[in-house]
Parts: sequence; C-alpha cells; structure tokens
Amino acid sequence: MIPAAFDYKRAGSAAEAISLVSEYGEDAKFLAGGHSLLPLMKLRLAQPAVLVDIARLTDLSYIRDEGNHVAIGALTRHHDVENSSVLRQHVPLLAHAASHVGSPQVRHRGTIGGSIAHADPASDLPATTLALGATYVAQGPNGTREIAASDFYTGFLESALAPDEMLTEIRVPKTTGATWGFQKFNRRAQDWAIVGVAAWRRGNECGVGLVNMGSTPVLATSVASAIAGGASVADAARLASEEAEPQADMNATAEYRRHLASVLVRRALESQSA
Amino acid sequence: MGGSILGNRVLRKEDPKFLTVGGTYVDDLLDEPLLDGALHVTYVRSTVAHGVINSIDTSDALAMPGVRAVFTGADFGLEPVPSNFNPMVTRTLLAMDKVRYVGEPIAAIVSETREQGEDAAETVIVDYDILEAVVDMEAAMATSTLIYDSAPNNVVFDTLVLGMPDNTGEAFLAGCEVVARGKFLNQRVAPCPLEVRGAAVAWAADGRLHQWLSTQHAQGAHGPIAAMNGVDQAQVRVRTPDVGGGFGAKIGIYPEELLLGPISKRVGTPLRWRETRSESMMALGHGRAQVQHVAIGGKRDGTVTHYQLWAIQDSGAWVDMGAILAPFMTRPMASGVYAIPNIECRTTSVVTNTTPIVAYRGAGRPEATAAIERAMDLFAREIGMDPAEVRRKNLIPKFMEPHTTAVGQTYDVGDYETALDKTLTTADYAGWRAKQAERRARGDARQLGIGVSVYVEITGGVGSGEEAEVEVLPNGKAVVYTGTSPHGQGHVTAWAMLASEQTGIPIADIDLVWGDTDLTPVGSGTMGSRSLQQGGNAVFVVAGQLVEKAKSVAARLLEANENDIVLDKDAGAFHVAGTPALSKTWADIASAEGGISAKDNIAVPGPTFPFGAHVAVVEVDTETGKVRHIAHVACDDAGTVLNPMLLEGQIHGGVAQGAAQALLEEVRYDSDGNPITSNLADYAFISAAELPSVTVVHMETPTPRNSIGAKGIGESGTIGSTPALQSAVVDAVSHLGVSHIDMPTTPEKVWAAIQSAR
Ligand SMILES: Cc1cc2nc3c(=O)[nH]c(=O)nc-3n(C[C@H](O)[C@H](O)[C@H](O)COP(=O)(O)OP(=O)(O)OC[C@H]3O[C@@H](n4cnc5c(N)ncnc54)[C@H](O)[C@@H]3O)c2cc1C
Repeated sequence: MIPAAFDYKRAGSAAEAISLVSEYGEDAKFLAGGHSLLPLMKLRLAQPAVLVDIARLTDLSYIRDEGNHVAIGALTRHHDVENSSVLRQHVPLLAHAASHVGSPQVRHRGTIGGSIAHADPASDLPATTLALGATYVAQGPNGTREIAASDFYTGFLESALAPDEMLTEIRVPKTTGATWGFQKFNRRAQDWAIVGVAAWRRGNECGVGLVNMGSTPVLATSVASAIAGGASVADAARLASEEAEPQADMNATAEYRRHLASVLVRRALESQSA
Repeated sequence: MGGSILGNRVLRKEDPKFLTVGGTYVDDLLDEPLLDGALHVTYVRSTVAHGVINSIDTSDALAMPGVRAVFTGADFGLEPVPSNFNPMVTRTLLAMDKVRYVGEPIAAIVSETREQGEDAAETVIVDYDILEAVVDMEAAMATSTLIYDSAPNNVVFDTLVLGMPDNTGEAFLAGCEVVARGKFLNQRVAPCPLEVRGAAVAWAADGRLHQWLSTQHAQGAHGPIAAMNGVDQAQVRVRTPDVGGGFGAKIGIYPEELLLGPISKRVGTPLRWRETRSESMMALGHGRAQVQHVAIGGKRDGTVTHYQLWAIQDSGAWVDMGAILAPFMTRPMASGVYAIPNIECRTTSVVTNTTPIVAYRGAGRPEATAAIERAMDLFAREIGMDPAEVRRKNLIPKFMEPHTTAVGQTYDVGDYETALDKTLTTADYAGWRAKQAERRARGDARQLGIGVSVYVEITGGVGSGEEAEVEVLPNGKAVVYTGTSPHGQGHVTAWAMLASEQTGIPIADIDLVWGDTDLTPVGSGTMGSRSLQQGGNAVFVVAGQLVEKAKSVAARLLEANENDIVLDKDAGAFHVAGTPALSKTWADIASAEGGISAKDNIAVPGPTFPFGAHVAVVEVDTETGKVRHIAHVACDDAGTVLNPMLLEGQIHGGVAQGAAQALLEEVRYDSDGNPITSNLADYAFISAAELPSVTVVHMETPTPRNSIGAKGIGESGTIGSTPALQSAVVDAVSHLGVSHIDMPTTPEKVWAAIQSAR
C-alpha cells in the first residue's frame, strides 16, 4: 500500500512531457489523474522510476464542437465529460457513461485520456468510445498521428501508443438522431463493471461496445451486422459475445459474463434514450 | 422546572470536532513529547498459508536505507504462548518454525520512515517448505494435515468436550409430521473499521512504558503488555486516543501490538506502528465463518416442535475469541424467539489456514438468528404457510418474568408478538405481498421479495458491572471517568446526559475520560453492546451518589439538616427545601471541598435480551440475478431509550453491516489459502448507494436488570437485518423453485439458483 520510491517531474507543456518521457525511456510514465496508475504503484504492481505529471496541462482540458464530431482534450476530467452540454447534446452516450465511472472523487481526478491510454478492458470509456467509432490523436517526439479506436487496443493494458507518445485528443462522431443505451452491471454503485455495454442505434445502423468481456474492450460487430441485416434486437443480442473471450474472476464465471452480455446488449439496444 | 434530558434527541457533543478538525487517532499523536524521534515498525508477513520455515534471511533488509534494526522471533527468544481459549494450542508471536496463514507476522523492521520499512520488508527472504493449505472448515476435520499437532482433526473446541449432549441425528426428529433440513453458510466477513490498527510506544526516563493503542479495551491490554515486557502493571500506562471503529476486532491485543514494547527497549527509541489497509484485511481478525447443519420439525398446522443445529465454527489459524462464539453465544441463543420444546445444538470449532476469527458485531448471535430464521422459512415453505404466520404461531408469548428456553438460556423480558405486529404494519407487509402477487402473475423480469425476521439476542454478556467516577471541579464543571471505551458510539454525549440528569450540570460542562489505565484502571471496555446497561448505568448511579455526598456538604455550608437539602437541577444548586434564595452551587460545594467526587463499581445481575423484528423488501432482476434492497423496516427494542438519535444511528449502521453480509461481503481465499479480497475494491464493503433509507419502529420494553432500563443496541441492527435480507432474496425467486441461497446473495449465485431450479 506504499509505492516504491520514484522521481517526480511536472511538465509545463505537452512537448516538454514528451521529451521528458523520451529522455527517461521505459522507466518513465505519464501521470494524469493517477487513478489507475497510483493504485497499481501502491500495490507495487507498477514501479516506474520517474513520473511525468501532465495533470496541470489545462490547455489539454477542453470539449469542442467541431461540426460532425466533438473533440475532447485528453486531460479532461470525467466530471467535465459527464457535465458537458456539448456532449449531452451531441454524444449523450459518452456523457452518460462518464457519469458511471467510479465515484464523484474518482470522476474529479480521473481523465478521459488516462482512461483510454491505460486500455483497461474493465474501464467504461474505452469501450464506449470504441462503440462510438472514435479517433484518438497521439503526439510523439516526431509529431502527431491519428489512431482509430478499433486499431488502438492491442492487449490487456496494452495499446498502439509508443511509450513516449502522449494521447492528446479524443474525437467522437456525433450521434445525431440515434437512440442509445448504457448498461453497467456491477456490485456496488462505485464499482467497475462486471460486464458493461455501450450502444447506439440509428435505424439499422448501430455500434455496440463491451466492457470487461476479454483482455481488451470489445466491439460487438456480429450484433451490428445482424441489426444491419434486419435481425430483431433480441436475436442480435444473442450474438453479443461472438467477438468476446471473457474470463472468469471472483465476480463472475465466463459463462455468466456471456449471459449478462446478451441481456445487457438487448437492454441497451432497446433503450429509447435519444 | 425543565423536564428530564433523558430520552431526548440530544446532538452529539463529539461531532463538531470530528466534522471539522477531525479526531486525534493514534497516528496523529505528532505533538506527544514522549514520542519524539519515534521510528517506524513494519512487519514482514507470511506470503504462504501453511508452511515450515526453513530460514529467514534479513541481511539484505538490514542494509536497506533508513533501516535501524530487523528482528525475528529468534532474536527475542520468543517462547510458544498458549491460547486463552484452548491452552493446548500454542504459537510464538512472530512465526518461527511454521506459518499458518497469509499475513502472519514473521519479522519486524525498524526504520526511519514507514516507506523505508515497506521497501525493506520486500527484501526479507523466507524459505518455506509448503504444506497443504487447509482452507475449508469442513475439509479441515477430514484431512490428515494438522495445523497444530495438539489439535486432532483440527478441532480446537467442541461442546461435547464441555460435557454438553451430542445431537442424536435422525432419531431426534422421529415423531415429526414435517421436517425441513438445510445447510447454511454464514460466511467469513472482514470488520473493516475505517481506522486500521495502530499503536505507539515509548519508555519514559522513569522506566515506565507508555503505549497508545487503537483499542476497544485498554484495561484488557494492560496486563498482557506488562507481562510481555516483564514489568509490573503499575509500570505501564495504556492510553486510547480517538478510535475509528472496531466492531469487535479491536477487543483483544494482537502480536504486532504486544511486541512494540520489547522492540522499543532494544532499539532505545519510541516507536510507531500502523498497518496498511491491505495488511489489515489479512491480519485484523475476521468475523462470522460458520457452517450450519439445521433440521426443523413439527406439525402441519405450523407448530414447530423440534430444532437441531450443528454449527461448525471456523476459528482461522489461531484459537482466538472466534472459537468460543459458537458454544457460548450461538448455542445459548439457538431457540431464538420461539417456544420450541425440543432443541439439540452441538458446536465444533476448527482451525484452518486463514486469518483468525474474532468477535464481530453480533459475535455468535447473528449466526444463531440466521440459522433459526432461515430454518423457519424452510419450514413455512414446506407446509405452505406465510413465513410471518409461522413465526407468530411459534413465538414465546409476552413475558415480564424471566423465561428459560429448551437449551437452558434465561431471557429477561420479551414481547415478540408486538414487535412483529408493529413491524409488519409499518412495513405494509400485506401491501407488499399484493404487489409481489401482481408481478408474479405478470411474469415480470423484476420480482419482489419480502423477508421477515424476528430475533432476540444477548447483550452485556461480558462483564458483571462497571466502574464509574464522577468528579465536580471547583469551577463547577464535571469530569466523568468510565471503564467503557467509545469508538464511534457517542458515549461522550450519552454519559454526559446521564450525569447531567442526576446533577443538573449542563452537558456542555461535563467531560468524559476513558481508556487510560492511569485514570481509569478498572474497566471492561466497549463490546457486546454492554456500555449503556453497565457503564452508563454506573455513571447514573454514581452521579446519584455524588449528589447525596454534595447534599451533606451543602447542609454544612448552609448550616441546615442534610435531609432538608434539595437539588434544584435547573439552577444546578442546592438549597433548603422551601428557601431557594439561599443556595450553594456545585462550584461552591466543590470549592469548599477542593473538588468533590464519587466512585463506585456498580454490579448488574446479568445480561439483557434485546429483541425485535425486521422486514426487508428487495427487487430481484431474474434475468441477471441482481438484487436491489428497496425497503427496510426495523424494530429494535433496546429497553428504555436514552437518546433516540444515537439509537437510530446504531440501527442504521447495524442494518448496513447486516445488509452487507446478506448481499455483498465475503472474505475469500483461493484453494492455496491466498486471500483474494484484501482491499476495498475486491472486498465489497457496502456504501450508502446500495442501501434504502431505513424506517425505525420505536418500541421500549425496559429491562429490570439495571437502574435505567436499558438493553444493548449496538449489534441488534446487524442481527435482525441479515436473515430478513437473505430471506427476502430467496422469497423473490421462491415461486421459481428456489428454497435457499447462501450469503452473500451475489448476482451470479441468484442467477445460478434460478437456472438450477428451472
Ligand atoms: C476507486 C476507483 C474506482 C474506479 N472506477 C472506475 C470505473 O467504474 N470505471 C472506469 O472506467 N474507471 C474507473 N476508475 C479508473 C479511473 O477512471 C481512472 O481515472 C482512469 O482509468 C485513468 O485515468 P487517470 O487520468 O487517472 O490516469 P493515470 O492513472 O494517471 O494514468 C493511467 C495510465 O495511462 C497513462 N496516461 C495517462 N494519461 C496519458 C496520456 N494523455 N497519454 C498517454 N498516456 C497516458 C499513464 O502513464 C498510466 O500508465 C476507477 C478508479 C478508482 C481509483
């Protein structure tokens, strides 16, 4: 419960943060809200030698209407995502999902960029932005690049980001005219999802993301194909786990997770929230 | 003339401090001069559940930054010490030849900072020969692996050995028209006080040992600490700073706390120790942990005539208080509130390679209640009768003279039917049943479940009285000294109310002193819901004695006859009856005497038996198994109520912990004995969001066993709520063919029960 010793550097800009991390190499880590990294360090599951604090890069905390999509700065706190009028109007699914992250304390500290960069399959916002077809913007020593959410998650807590690349922006297409549903199944209000589902639907087009259904966040493409092919929601929902390889843990067996995914996908797609 | 302060919703005097600057817990004693230059102790703990220690290599740790010393049991020449509860079973305070659970302390590191201690602890190398881990309490009785050689079959306590009769199996139930059987798990839970354990020690220049302890019973720790340090008890002062909860787990003193004095002596500096939450989850005692085999029999008309219980108590890896809860708390309360003519109850306590079991809120009585209440539901189901009706039919009728049950336990007073009726009416039991029928008829995915429990418990079973001293200072203010030890309950307010009632001194002018063995050397601490009925009672009686003493001083000062002196409580002054103009205040009297006080140890004739009824309503999502606790009505009759707000607080907290056990919490181990719930993310500690607002039904049946009519309230909420919740969950899916679901009724368990019933 006490982390191993580490050095602490506070970055004044994204560029400085990136150069500091490049300088220290593998041993350095960006520190955003600290709400995933610090618990790992306290349990000594992570022992970075240097933390480069980017939490005060306020110029990377914003939510902007960019016409067909909304741009969110990576350092935007969950609380601000939850309460953004731009998101509530144009991508209400994301604002709503953010309102289910942990507790108020967690939402005031944790950042959307940290949540996505951490690539935890049990986190709510990776699967939600995946369902929404988001694009992530990464900045490295050699400039910036865009990564589609569907290409980003490469393994358990692993992403397409290079160690010295920083996530700077999340671009989420507007869901104008769509209905959406978010189903988070957990033990306690503040818990992580045992299984979660983020889904939107516009006619026969839909996107369904699964939380905690395998080693990465999962895009349930079979469900989307079935809906596109005219299947009923109930039938499509039975395909919820096609792309998933859920694991057993102390809260659920794999079988139960698959069952939950079907029920929750059905409920999420049946939701009439708009 | 103002009315009595007793029975009023007096705001807690202690809260402004707790809500603003916060309490002063043991870790906050930064200004204490005796602790200047204190170093930090970190314990190295076993990472295996069961193993022989081949060697302990501390050389790397000694070389780590800031490390001043590292001690193993051998460095202190520790000898095996016997358990207080089974002297055949012994252990050393630091494991030397064998480890018996993950988290058992093996070595102590002394370092300049806590962080350095944690780093150094990681570098101690312990070489083990791993032994089979005995995790399951029933398997423990069957395996050839012994945790203690002196405990055959791993059994450390059995009612048979105490000379109590054995259960007679099927023969016992031979004449019954109906028999229902069950095997229930009353799972292991973690007490989780918000403040984990902590202590500080210093040897003063005069050779005295000072120890600060986060405890429920400083006086209980006093003797063991003195013995550990080989000094006379007078040479030791134990003090209790603010304590952030204990729930029973801080009653006894632990090895980590006992060893601090000797370590401090060796290194020659004061020491601080505070465990982390992860350590606390492994090494602070756990609670409950029983497997119960029950059989209940009777007639088709609903009369229960036979009840048989075999309770197997997991004692964990040591014979601590947990081992004796089943025989001495569960067994006596086996009959519950029911007039059952034939009862058999055997209990068997076994050791396992898990964290030792201690007392936890209710300590043995929730287990007794859960067993009989679940059995009642099974019986009701078997004969097709409403569970509330079956209960009513079998209740012991109202009694105001002591009543003795078939297991031989005598209860003080009881009016169970009134408690049940009030609760059913307030809860609108019939209304919920009607709503439930509608949902069942519609086949809704979300079904309603209603659970009823009626219970009686035993409080004040520890201690036969308590000591109190009430002193009035020359400035007219009072100080109350008590042998009880608040850690959240509100004694500062409650004891001031009792002293104020007798003396007329305003509660703002009454301070409370506790948990300091120099100032309050005699006391039984706070546990088993004993404080008000014994400690509060003593304050009330002794404050009355002080008034009599003050009257004689007033008589002298007023040159009057003592019998003519009256106390005007509104004015806080004494005068001759009929002539209030000429009076002497408490300050006058205390000044004349250089302070005035009374002190006494007030005995009580025996424990009290609070009772009540709970109704819980849940909504169960039958597609997922998820349970939502949507309504709760609690009637907890604790006798005469001193302060309804404190009472309600105890009930709310009790219901929360009871609901937590029924729905969420369970300490779990893998098959190798590794704990898998050692933080509050994995261990499903309940929060307000999971709870409905609790409706409290007031009922007061005073006990004749003390002068204030009070019974205990600290544990009742936990005892009544747990089976009500569990039964509600089962009830919600009973029409689908489910008759029992073990606690905690997690979504997957509920879902699986529905699946297998289909
Ligand atoms: C009690 C608790 C409950 C929680 N419950 C939930 C929950 O229910 N659902 C949920 O989704 N999450 C939950 N979380 C996690 C929370 O949302 C975290 O805040 C989030 O996952 C990580 O964001 P952060 O800003 O705190 O990142 P940090 O912890 O600071 O960093 C996480 C990782 O990402 C890297 N990183 C951070 N920012 C960047 C960046 N801009 N570019 C590149 N790398 C970066 C860091 O180096 C680190 O490796 C919970 C956390 C806690 C403590």
